[in-house]
Amino acid sequence: MKTWTPSEPIISISNVHKAYGSFQVLKGVSLDVKKGEVVCIIGPSGSGKSTLIRCINGLNDIQSGSIRVEGMEVNDPKLDKLALRKNVGIVFQQFNLFPHKTVLENVMMAPVIVLKQARTEVEQRARALIAKVRLEGKENAYPGELSGGQQQRVAIARCLAMAPDIMLFDEVTSALDPETVNEVLSTIKDLAQEGMTCILVTHEMGFAREVADHIYFTDKGVIVEHGPPDVFFANPKDPRTREFLGKVL
Amino acid sequence: MSEHPKFHLPVMLPVRPVATSTACLVATLSSRWGLLAILSGLALCLGLEQAWAQQDMAAFSIWEAIVKWTPLIFWGTGQGLGGFVLNIWVSVLAMTIGTCLGLMLGIGQVSPHRVLRWPSWAVTQLFRNSPWLVLLFYFMMLLPYEIRILGFSVPFSGWFKATVALSLPVMANISEIVRGAILSIPTGQWESAESLALTRRQTMWRIILPQCVKRMIPPWMNWYCILVMSTPLISILGVQDAMTLTQDALAAEGRMELLIPFYLWLMLWFFAYTYPIARWTRRLESRFAVKL
Ligand SMILES: Nc1ncnc2c1ncn2[C@@H]1O[C@H](COP(=O)(O)OP(=O)(O)OP(=O)(O)O)[C@@H](O)[C@H]1O
Ligand SMILES: [Mg+2]
Repeated sequence: MKTWTPSEPIISISNVHKAYGSFQVLKGVSLDVKKGEVVCIIGPSGSGKSTLIRCINGLNDIQSGSIRVEGMEVNDPKLDKLALRKNVGIVFQQFNLFPHKTVLENVMMAPVIVLKQARTEVEQRARALIAKVRLEGKENAYPGELSGGQQQRVAIARCLAMAPDIMLFDEVTSALDPETVNEVLSTIKDLAQEGMTCILVTHEMGFAREVADHIYFTDKGVIVEHGPPDVFFANPKDPRTREFLGKVL
Repeated sequence: MSEHPKFHLPVMLPVRPVATSTACLVATLSSRWGLLAILSGLALCLGLEQAWAQQDMAAFSIWEAIVKWTPLIFWGTGQGLGGFVLNIWVSVLAMTIGTCLGLMLGIGQVSPHRVLRWPSWAVTQLFRNSPWLVLLFYFMMLLPYEIRILGFSVPFSGWFKATVALSLPVMANISEIVRGAILSIPTGQWESAESLALTRRQTMWRIILPQCVKRMIPPWMNWYCILVMSTPLISILGVQDAMTLTQDALAAEGRMELLIPFYLWLMLWFFAYTYPIARWTRRLESRFAVKL
């Protein structure tokens, strides 16, 4: 396996097919993401956005094609899953915090038990991350005691504790009350500005337009159209894109 | 309730004093120990009345017989464990063994590997659907009197074999409880743990099972009560438990009128032991039901 250099795409997806039983969800998807780039994936419900993003860190397997993350072939049965997941964090729509652990324990868990790092050092880092997502003082709260927006920021801090190179966000604001959406989005924006490579599935078109370097529009398992946000939003070419944007904007 | 116009109908009037005494009774019943006191009094009265009918002045001697035999039935003969204490000890030990094995089996039942999942399922179903008494006889015959490990001989006493046999249906039922609890945890927990690079085993022991404990405790306690109440079964195998000793005492006295009071007395002990546990289980159940 050749080693990856930062000048190459950090994520390289080519001609990926994925089916659940006989139902084709992804029908030949290809896209490249460069290091530090922020990519937004938009598209109608059921078009395979979540499926695609989950394939990138190996939560879903694929039938054919190739996904390379920092030179690692995700679909390779001999892949070191730990190496992949250490470098790729994912945040889910439903937060999925561990309800029996405090905020601090949630954030510290993976570095301590997976990476076997020293507790004291991890705790210091965890506290800094909790402060970074603006949740100082909530270290000892349980997830059930937090609002949705706060929980989602804990989920982001929990991912960041693994010090990933890439963050995946799957509709992370869809389950939130409108007033808490912005606090999560601004946390993501901070990350993007610090140069984190991000792939976001989102229905927040304004946000996509603001933070994205590149927008992909998917429909029925294929990428219909893609481009930089100003071109994409100002001048969509495909009728399906126009129809979708007409509905959501 | 008696203030309601509906209850002022004349035909209801003679009933009213009874209704108030019933209310009194209900109030006493609602306290755990009040209920116990009433039940034990009731039980003894029943026994005494029975005796009275048969033999005019025998009632007092029934009391004497109970007092005389109670220490034996409670503690056993003094040589090793026996009596009611043995019943409790067997229940505690069988529960411990059953819980440990049941936990393993339950985890086995949700394993992604067929070689683990299938046998775990089969063992669970086998012991969940076998009569306890048949299991007891079966293991009495199957297990040797002693086993030799590296030159040491470890004796298998009757009560220990019985404990092993009783632990098996408990194991199978705990296995089902564990399996159900694991499956009730949302898949998002598995996914987020997996995305944080936790192994399946780490996820199971650190994320999933700790969340299961809450929902497993009430049914677990329920099975403990069932187990306690099943321990007199071991008397059929000649173990010196409370049931055997009660029968021995009755045989020694050889008086028909003692049968009912003695068995009622034994029943009360089991009741006094399991009823508080059952009450506590109900409390936990309602508490968890609100929280989940
Ligand atoms: N585990 C599964 N088994 C079977 N079908 C599935 C499974 N997961 C997803 N699908 C199907 O795959 C299709 C794509 O799902 P996916 O979740 O990727 O869509 P999406 O673009 O994320 O939609 P949304 O915007 O609603 O989240 C859907 O039709 C869905 O029903
Ligand atoms: Mg989705």
